[in-house]
Amino acid sequence: MESSFYFIQLLNGIQYGFLLFLMASGLTLIFGIMGIINLAHGAFYMVGAYLCYWLTGITGNLFTGILLAIPLSILVGYAVERLAISYLYRRDHLYQVLLTYALILIANELQSILWGNDVHSVPIPELLRGSVQLTDNQAYPVYRLFISATCILLAAVMYWVIQKTRLGMTIRAGASNREMVQALGININWLFAIVFSMGAALAAFAGMLAAPVNTVYPGIGDNILIISFVVVVIGGIGSIKGAFIGALLIGLADTFGKVLLPEMASMVVYTLMAAVLFWRPQGLFGKV
Amino acid sequence: MHTVTRPIIIFLCLCLALLLLFPMVGSAFYTGLVTKIMILSIFTISLDLLIGFTGLVSFGHAAFFGIGAYLLAILFGDLEHINYWWSLTLTLSLTGLAALLVGWLCIRTSGIYFIMLTLAFAQMFFYFFFESPRFGGDDGIFMMNKPEITLATRQLVDLDNEHDFYYFVLAWLVGVYLFLSMILRAPFGHVLIAIKANEQRVRALGYSTPHYKLVSFVIAGTIAGLAGFLEAAHTSFITPAYLGWHESGMAIMMVILGGMGTLFGPVIGTFIVVLLQDFLPNFTEHWKLIMGGIIIFVVLFLPNGIAGLIYSISNRFFSRENSGREG
Repeated sequence: MESSFYFIQLLNGIQYGFLLFLMASGLTLIFGIMGIINLAHGAFYMVGAYLCYWLTGITGNLFTGILLAIPLSILVGYAVERLAISYLYRRDHLYQVLLTYALILIANELQSILWGNDVHSVPIPELLRGSVQLTDNQAYPVYRLFISATCILLAAVMYWVIQKTRLGMTIRAGASNREMVQALGININWLFAIVFSMGAALAAFAGMLAAPVNTVYPGIGDNILIISFVVVVIGGIGSIKGAFIGALLIGLADTFGKVLLPEMASMVVYTLMAAVLFWRPQGLFGKV
Repeated sequence: MHTVTRPIIIFLCLCLALLLLFPMVGSAFYTGLVTKIMILSIFTISLDLLIGFTGLVSFGHAAFFGIGAYLLAILFGDLEHINYWWSLTLTLSLTGLAALLVGWLCIRTSGIYFIMLTLAFAQMFFYFFFESPRFGGDDGIFMMNKPEITLATRQLVDLDNEHDFYYFVLAWLVGVYLFLSMILRAPFGHVLIAIKANEQRVRALGYSTPHYKLVSFVIAGTIAGLAGFLEAAHTSFITPAYLGWHESGMAIMMVILGGMGTLFGPVIGTFIVVLLQDFLPNFTEHWKLIMGGIIIFVVLFLPNGIAGLIYSISNRFFSRENSGREG
């Protein structure tokens, strides 16, 4: 009983960590390659969650909902990059913070105009509704396993794209030396647009996956944004590997913090961050 | 950094005169609102010391505002008689200590790391108050009484009186303004401004820049705590939202809109933003949409803020007078 309870928490922590990884990998690439501090990243999570709720409601099926929502969220990301972010490349971080903060305000209001301020739930499809019996009275929902499996698959695809393809090579080169990539004749605007749209889509996808578990409500993106920042800082800016390790660390720390220290659960995450940075100010895998 | 030229001094004196006269004509509601704006101005001026003068973009400055407010309410909220001098001293020194701790950890980083670290620490304090039932949790905390300002058993200012409170806050605002402009004119301030321009050169000149940045961070944090102290005394009610990152974001907005790197700019920015926040909801419940639009406009077209406009206007009309004095 005891051990299976902790086993379930372990699974929950890993699943939360995977979702955070989807958020943080986009965020860390946008920092690392484009030099942009993007507060609006949480807004993409929100967009994903609401698109998923809306399209699942229309089509009646989560899978078709998500399949339709993915191209839409890539479009949203591309539009935001072209219309707003592209003006910020040569500007100080301060203005990036301010403008992307304004994007949050606008996104939240648009959400409230389009979908109202109610809390919505998204039904889990029939196929994934069951749960796996661990002991006589402990079970684990299949849908959460599905989230973890999807994230592992996506992480593997990302690894392949970044390590093995030409696009990935350009992205890695951009993360280590932006000016040099430009000097070699690679169209940096095109690269930026791809990275930003993909990052936005990853965040939105995290929102879609989480929607049936967490319900959909106003301000849904704000909390996960800050936690994703913590993940990026712990992992080191621009490092996908760091984002992965950081996300799992934070996912586990948060889940076990809630179980073991319910009085100060949210503090655990930030204390962990402070400890890591005290030891390594540039993050676990960050460049000095 | 801009030198404060004579037309600017005249402009500031006019503003001060308006503020001095306002309670005589304004209604009680607006006197209270302007009091709130002046308290927030103290907070945004302190943020300007970091952003506009030292070049440290803190995205968690609201934490110190909230800490100052909470300390007053937690330590003294239940007392029948709150001694102003003791409560102020204790609140400010503890807030300064918090700023020293956070600053010490954050100063070791720079750029994006610094922004996110300050944000993360602010969230840490936010959740500390949000989740602790002892300090009111997400409901916030009430104060029964206001601090009593007495000197040798004689009451100097009656904080229960809205007019007295107004002038009391105005005095603090002027005091903080003068204190910071004094600091910035001193050699210490010149080092801060030089750090913003080019930290490596300042280090090459032999200055220990981390120490300067840390002192700047502590001063700014302590003044933010002062603003929080005044806010708690003014409203007698504190919620964790004071420490939230939306507050920090709006504070940055006020500094930029008003004009960073000038001490009076943030005050102008605070007035405009708070009045808009008060005014826009009358038109539409989706007023944050308009707010977002204004922020984007400022970022794209008005990066030096309103103070920048004032400077360019005053330079055009008074260019003979201050040519060559612009720093």
